[in-house]
Amino acid sequence: MAKRKHKLVSFLLVLLFAGLAIAALFPLYALLLASIKPASELFRYGLNVRLDFDVMTWANYKAIWAGEGGSEHYFLWYRNSLLITVTFTVLCLFLSSMVGYGLAMYRFKGRNLLFALVLAVMMIPVEIILLPLYRLSIDLMIIDTIWGVILPFVVAPLPIFFFRQFALGLPKDFMDAGRIDGCSEMGIFFRIMVPLLLPAFGAMAILQALFSWNNFLWPVIALRTSDRFTLPIGLTALLSPVGNNYEVLLAGSVLTLLPILILFLLFQRSFIQGLTAGGVKA
Amino acid sequence: MPFIVSFAFFFSYPLAHAVVMSFQQVLPDDVSFIGLDNYRKLWNEDFYKALYNNTRYAFWTIVVLIPVPLCLAVLLNSAVMKARHLFRAALFVPALTSVVVAGIIFRLVFGELDGSIMNSLMGWFGLPSRRWLADSSTGMLALVVLASWRWIGVNLLYFLSALQTIPRELYEAAEIDGAGAWGRFAKITVPMLKPITAYVLTITVYGGYAMFTESYMLWGSRGSPQNIGLTMVGYIYQQGFQYFDLGFGATIGLVLLVITLAVSLIQLRLTGMFGKED
Repeated sequence: MAKRKHKLVSFLLVLLFAGLAIAALFPLYALLLASIKPASELFRYGLNVRLDFDVMTWANYKAIWAGEGGSEHYFLWYRNSLLITVTFTVLCLFLSSMVGYGLAMYRFKGRNLLFALVLAVMMIPVEIILLPLYRLSIDLMIIDTIWGVILPFVVAPLPIFFFRQFALGLPKDFMDAGRIDGCSEMGIFFRIMVPLLLPAFGAMAILQALFSWNNFLWPVIALRTSDRFTLPIGLTALLSPVGNNYEVLLAGSVLTLLPILILFLLFQRSFIQGLTAGGVKA
Repeated sequence: MPFIVSFAFFFSYPLAHAVVMSFQQVLPDDVSFIGLDNYRKLWNEDFYKALYNNTRYAFWTIVVLIPVPLCLAVLLNSAVMKARHLFRAALFVPALTSVVVAGIIFRLVFGELDGSIMNSLMGWFGLPSRRWLADSSTGMLALVVLASWRWIGVNLLYFLSALQTIPRELYEAAEIDGAGAWGRFAKITVPMLKPITAYVLTITVYGGYAMFTESYMLWGSRGSPQNIGLTMVGYIYQQGFQYFDLGFGATIGLVLLVITLAVSLIQLRLTGMFGKED
């Protein structure tokens, strides 16, 4: 009796979650479907989920490839986004891993103050400093450049915090062993500690890369010229002016999502660790 | 430790900038000092509208994004559940979508045409089509649905990982003492999840007050009808980059800062209290 009850509960739970999973994936399915239909369908019926094989076409993707319908810069945006994401992630991990490691492993004057500052910065939303940052970027002449997008956020408090927590769990004996063997402090970090920190690198790489790839608020302010846009900004540019670029907009959105989805399937664990990194302190 | 100096440099350099900027914010404009005029300007309808919208949005996202993922996490964690990882992954996928792409989708989902997804749904229930994004409460609904879609999976993970740290003995002991499933949930699970709940609450409130892109995507750069989607950050953006009133924009930013600092302090108080309980 109890066993049958268990089975029923289990079945109901699976049913519930299957429904939720469908609800979660449904909007993406709708997007995908709309992207392979002509935009006239979209205008006539709105975003719908009717499977109509007669009207399905790759025309929207071909239009992007050919640079039609306002998408002449699409692949430039793609390149810019890739370039910014990779540069940003590499620089950010390099700097914040060192800072986090330094905070965890060395005792020096002002260490606690420094750490308190990291925490304080973590609590201040970037939205507040938008305007001063904008003025600063103009003064530094990095406005409307790739560096203007990258530099302001390249030292990020959350990765520093995460690397510090992670490094605290590493044995300090390794450092002494390295010193005895004549390894420099830099050598200890790169040869001994970095390999030990690899899981943290994975999680943070994904967090920062996703942030950079999807970031909108600051790039939309920092970038002015169409051929320098990143993907999210390019997509919104397709949306606003006269509003009839839906063909390339939807297909372009799908192409934007694609690399992330593929990476997610490959590195699910790091994704989950990275995106819930903020919870480690709780 | 010679290279620690360089770490400090790499870190303190941007930080110093942040400090400098925070002082720049205090100055209304570096062309002329106009005292408190910017603050007086805050007493206007648009600002209240933005503050109200953010508060309403934060409230509803809290209502949805804490109890729902919490309960789902408990269910997903139960022993009889199957294919846990699959469902976890499926619910997590929306979090990978950028707000921009999600905004494009939901703008169409809540489209005005009869065939759009929301209006089809209404049709099934025999209700008339609506212009979802033209009305204040349905517009808010669209924002909250968008946020819920993107965040439930993430919050679920927070709760799930916290659930796994609760010692099993507690439940066994409670079972021996005759506590039912509901009793165990209310007396063990919920209290044990308090720290993570405080954290999720904080990021939700933050997200609520810092929301901008969602509204920008649903209504476009020119703003929403009667400002039904205007947010604090949207107001900063509008004043700063459309009317070029950088000083006033910065003033709005400071108000936002005060709000988030208040939230942080409350969070610190809460987590501090938990420390005492332990």
